[in-house]
Amino acid sequence: MIRRGPRPVSLSGWLDRQSVFSWLMMAPPLLFLAALVGYPFCYGILLSLQDRPVAHPGTFVGLKNFAANFNDPIFWQVTANTFVYTTAATLLKMVGGLALALAMNQQFPLKNLVRALLLLPFIVPTVLSTVAWMWILDPAFSVLNWFLLALGVPKPGPSWLGNPVLAMGSIIVINTWRGLPFYGITLLAGLQTVPPELYEAATIDGASGWQRFRFVTLPLLQPIILIVTLFSVIFTFADFQLVYVLTHGGPQNATQLFATYAFDIAMGAGQLGRGASVALAMFPALVLLIAALTIYMRRK
Amino acid sequence: MVTGYGPVERALRLWLPVGFFLIVALFPFYWMAVTSLKPNAELYNRHMMPLLVLHPTLKHYVDLLTQTSFLLWTWNTMVVAVVSTGISLVLGVMLAYPLARMRFAGAGLIAMTVAAIYLVPQPLLFIPLADLINRLSLGNTLSAVILTYPTMLVPFCAWLLLGYFKTVPMELEEAARIDGASRLQTMRRIFLPLCTPGFISAGIFAFTLSQNEFLYALIFLTKSSVRTVPVGVIAELIRGDVFYWGQLMAGALLGSIPVAIIYSFFVEHYVAGLTSGSVKG
Repeated sequence: MIRRGPRPVSLSGWLDRQSVFSWLMMAPPLLFLAALVGYPFCYGILLSLQDRPVAHPGTFVGLKNFAANFNDPIFWQVTANTFVYTTAATLLKMVGGLALALAMNQQFPLKNLVRALLLLPFIVPTVLSTVAWMWILDPAFSVLNWFLLALGVPKPGPSWLGNPVLAMGSIIVINTWRGLPFYGITLLAGLQTVPPELYEAATIDGASGWQRFRFVTLPLLQPIILIVTLFSVIFTFADFQLVYVLTHGGPQNATQLFATYAFDIAMGAGQLGRGASVALAMFPALVLLIAALTIYMRRK
Repeated sequence: MVTGYGPVERALRLWLPVGFFLIVALFPFYWMAVTSLKPNAELYNRHMMPLLVLHPTLKHYVDLLTQTSFLLWTWNTMVVAVVSTGISLVLGVMLAYPLARMRFAGAGLIAMTVAAIYLVPQPLLFIPLADLINRLSLGNTLSAVILTYPTMLVPFCAWLLLGYFKTVPMELEEAARIDGASRLQTMRRIFLPLCTPGFISAGIFAFTLSQNEFLYALIFLTKSSVRTVPVGVIAELIRGDVFYWGQLMAGALLGSIPVAIIYSFFVEHYVAGLTSGSVKG
């Protein structure tokens, strides 16, 4: 019986194996992500179990931070705010974005220029456009209130960011202003893939405009609407910049979201452990959303 | 799509909604521009019609450029955006190419992990990252953000490039392999040069994302000399309760211009990148 050793393999031959090549190629980015996403994530969980003032060593306190959140009325207000903000802004962006896409799905001159201009709110750094909104809503010099006055509203205009309800309304509208083009342009791209024959067939069958929209457009757009919505829900849910710049969570925490509250506790009050526990409170909802979106995108 | 509407119906169906969306989208930018050109006497006069400037002045721009570090912030922002975009494209290719072309155990899992990391929002990570950056003594250096921006940009570039790579036909690579080229040679010499449009899409996106980033920059960069434009504008043009509105608007407008210019050159690539993820799936 002749024993055969493993086939002699040259180094270059070994490197050319699909699996070896792949893992060697992916090792640097994967190590990078492990070090700066994976490690901080685990470290964040550890921090959330500690009493950890900034610049001091931490002491393990178990679930005390989470218990403190549970007994903190502001935390529950933050939770409610985040859900109201996310739901309202998402619905507005979805409906508005669909309207924008339908309006843009017609032939007209300078269409590409119009599309480019409509996307500007999405392109420009959020902080900078939010500063413009801050000035639009300024308590003393609001241009909106000037319009109201010019339209004959007798009372002096409201303090948009000073009133809890109006402040929440304002951040919802501004988030919508910024995110709506993303919905609109993505859905427009989806609309353009709908075969015109389907509309023709529906028209021949006697479908009205609404019926064509309801039974042809909407079902075909549904996968795109789902992906765009999940995507935008994730980032609206964890929004930070808009609120930080515009209201700092005020008045009286009326616009405080998870991200800004975690920031205040960790960076403002220097309680890293407690702050990490507030940030992690976003995790269950995020995990569901991220898993749903990842699985859905894989399946497609 | 459908023609044959009369002018009235066309105005109602097309110009009314499109005009409405355009005005809403652009008004804040118009307002920035008008405000930045107003002398303070007009800016803080409640009885004047606010939409127009009577005596335009560049004073706020001059003040912004001479009395603040705005130019330095702009430079910092550019350095950070260019370097982190470059790093992210290289690392993104290294992830996307094997996932798009090779068969190996675990490929599906890696692809899903990359997609999931892409969707992890920064507020989940900023507290532990702040501590990590402190321990590495990287606070108040541009390296702090150059190192952390790719955490969101690499998965993003990888995901976008993966989609693009799959649309490139494999024949050329197969031919190169038959001619005896190694996998690395095939990738670098044959494949990557075919993918310029994909790189432009991913690059432009990564560039705008890093210009837009605020949270990490806010936490890691607390000295004026290392700040980026968004953080500098918020931290230094709003002093206590005093708002320098003219300068703020000038800064907001100037800070938006680089992104807007680059975007205007590559609109088509940008839109392609924006829609590829969701439309092609």
